[in-house]
Amino acid sequence: MNIVIENGRVIDPKNGVDRSNASLYIAAGKIAGLGQAPAGFVADKVIDAAGCVVCPGLIDLGARLNSIEAELAAAVAGGVTSVVVPPDADPPLDEPELADRLVHRGEEIGKARVLPLGALTLGLKGERLAELAGLKKAGCVAFSQANKPVIDTEALLRAMEYAATFDFAVWLQPQDYWLSRNGIAHEGEVASRLGLAGIPVAAETIAIATIVQLVRDTGCRVHLTRISSAAGMALIQRAQHDGLPVTCDVGVHHLLLTENDIGFFNPHARFCPPLRAQNDRLALSTAAVSGLAAICSDHTPVGADDKLLPFGEAKPGATGLEVLLPLTLKWAETAKVALSDAVARITCGPAGILGLDSGHLALGAAADVCIFDPQATWQLTPEALKSRGKNSPWQGYMMTGQVRSTLVGGRVVFSR
Amino acid sequence: MHNPQLNKDGELIHLLSVEGLPQRILTQILDTAASFMEVSAREVKKVPLLRGKSVFNLFFENSTRTRTTFEIAAKRLSADVINLDINKSSASKGETLLDTIDNLCAMHANLFVVRHASSGAPYLIAEHLQRIGRDDVHVVNAGDGRHAHPTQGLLDMYTIRHYKKDFTQLRVAIVGDILHSRVARSDIHALTTLGVPEVRAIGPETLLPKHLDKLGVHVFHDMNEGLKDVDVIIMLRLQNERMTGALLPSAGEYFRHYGLTPQKLALAKPDAIVMHPGPMNRGVEIHSAVADGSQAVILPQVTFGIAVRMAVMSIVAGN
Repeated sequence: MNIVIENGRVIDPKNGVDRSNASLYIAAGKIAGLGQAPAGFVADKVIDAAGCVVCPGLIDLGARLNSIEAELAAAVAGGVTSVVVPPDADPPLDEPELADRLVHRGEEIGKARVLPLGALTLGLKGERLAELAGLKKAGCVAFSQANKPVIDTEALLRAMEYAATFDFAVWLQPQDYWLSRNGIAHEGEVASRLGLAGIPVAAETIAIATIVQLVRDTGCRVHLTRISSAAGMALIQRAQHDGLPVTCDVGVHHLLLTENDIGFFNPHARFCPPLRAQNDRLALSTAAVSGLAAICSDHTPVGADDKLLPFGEAKPGATGLEVLLPLTLKWAETAKVALSDAVARITCGPAGILGLDSGHLALGAAADVCIFDPQATWQLTPEALKSRGKNSPWQGYMMTGQVRSTLVGGRVVFSR
Repeated sequence: MHNPQLNKDGELIHLLSVEGLPQRILTQILDTAASFMEVSAREVKKVPLLRGKSVFNLFFENSTRTRTTFEIAAKRLSADVINLDINKSSASKGETLLDTIDNLCAMHANLFVVRHASSGAPYLIAEHLQRIGRDDVHVVNAGDGRHAHPTQGLLDMYTIRHYKKDFTQLRVAIVGDILHSRVARSDIHALTTLGVPEVRAIGPETLLPKHLDKLGVHVFHDMNEGLKDVDVIIMLRLQNERMTGALLPSAGEYFRHYGLTPQKLALAKPDAIVMHPGPMNRGVEIHSAVADGSQAVILPQVTFGIAVRMAVMSIVAGN
């Protein structure tokens, strides 16, 4: 099917494109032209994108798909065309058959593309290696422990050596087990005041320092997920400066919220890693501005019963797929980031981390496209979300920026 | 941010924490408590302020002293008191905290006295009551996790006012395990709100919360320095389980550095008073000679506690 998206502002950060009132042509599931129709092009479908931004589909580096159908529908409703799925499902994604099943289920549903992360160790226990090569063959894009640390440093070293043998990337959320196991909030003024057990910044920096040293020794490519502190970000910057193959991302909520948002024990402000201090938030924002860090939703659907509990008993995390775009736009506005740079952090930036030739609109690229109205406002209510996860610190707030249509491989998979 | 303890007229409807309460409310509670002291001295120790009302003591965590004094206080206000030991009932059957609250509301509860191991649990209950439109049901926090123990904080203030009259000239030292202490947090907020110019916290770094200075507290690691010329010493209980981890080497070493002995007490002002929220660990945080000495006001604290709890319950249920 031939599709033309007309009258929109086409933003393709990777190729330096930001053109108003341009037409994007799609044929055979691929980008076929920008501005000028390819020879002999006859549109089967015309999408009017007047007032809208037309950009590559969003690539979310972390989204949990507890109920896969609902969450993949939520993804495309949020303009997300590829989701990286951490392996901490039930059961953990530690066998090739499980990965295979997930990939096929994703294809069957036919909404966003599913990019699973295989478990680095069996059962995510941090002891025995999972069958990495088998998982890779089944479609895993990298290997991860989700937010479960590898406590045994020797096991981590061996896992990284083994991954480096095959040039597999390892994704790790840096959090020292011993310093974080009893904590529920950033060890700072708010936790002291509210009597919440603290997780010190050192829980993150110690883990990063260990991992970076092992990268130095093994050459393993590592992506550090959900960085929460200024000091952690400084260590990553130094590692990159030293030429080490280390990348990182931040959860979008950590760009906008701090420990102060816990207020009177709001369980929706409980995250893993915890929301930290204002200077930490600013350092994360600076890293996202410079491109050091990509932005992801860290989508974590949590049932109402698991949030209607005292702060320390509530499950951490927030719904993210449908707010990744509006919250990134909100961050861009407060941090004074150009729209095309903001779009880069959720499209070509993540694609680069994944080593994929996607997240852009060059000729011949798969037509994964997000069309959104940057001015449209909507209220975040449980009914407004397709995700089963209604858990959000933004419940009741107005969001600016709304997806109009989402295309995956040249098919319209969502429109409103 | 909306403070769930106050209604839109700024009146106290729940007592969840001392933090965020204006001085006038703290003074109102202390003054009301003073008027109740006389009731306890009568032959018929009752006033009819809560007649016909039901007070539910909801203790998700064990306590003897606090629960008993709340029970006595509620009975002196002529309320019906129902004690629920949740450990042994619904929680073990998987009922959630808010389900329990809904059930008790259906039994026409008027006031919940809540103790819970998780910081913030009474806030969850108060917010739930607001959500379901039950502004006729009140919550009094009887201790939540490490967060707050506001009636203990207020009875400590009552005790200090009783012996020292004026808050604005005092030096007060709080000694021991401040990190895990809800009493310490409530005391600190109450003391600073009531205008005490110098609040000191004394303890090893492992037992002090980070950024304590931001709460307006001067931190001392050396007890000999910290006790110098203070008017009031509040000793905190050191729980035995603190000795099993890496927080402290032994009870003996703790007592040598942070136990209150007659020698250390001599560093304070000659008329300094010694307080303790109980139960005491003699020989761990306090020497028996001090606990039983003339400067200790530990038993009067308990007596004042009843009047303070009567004051709190009558005020929140009356608003």
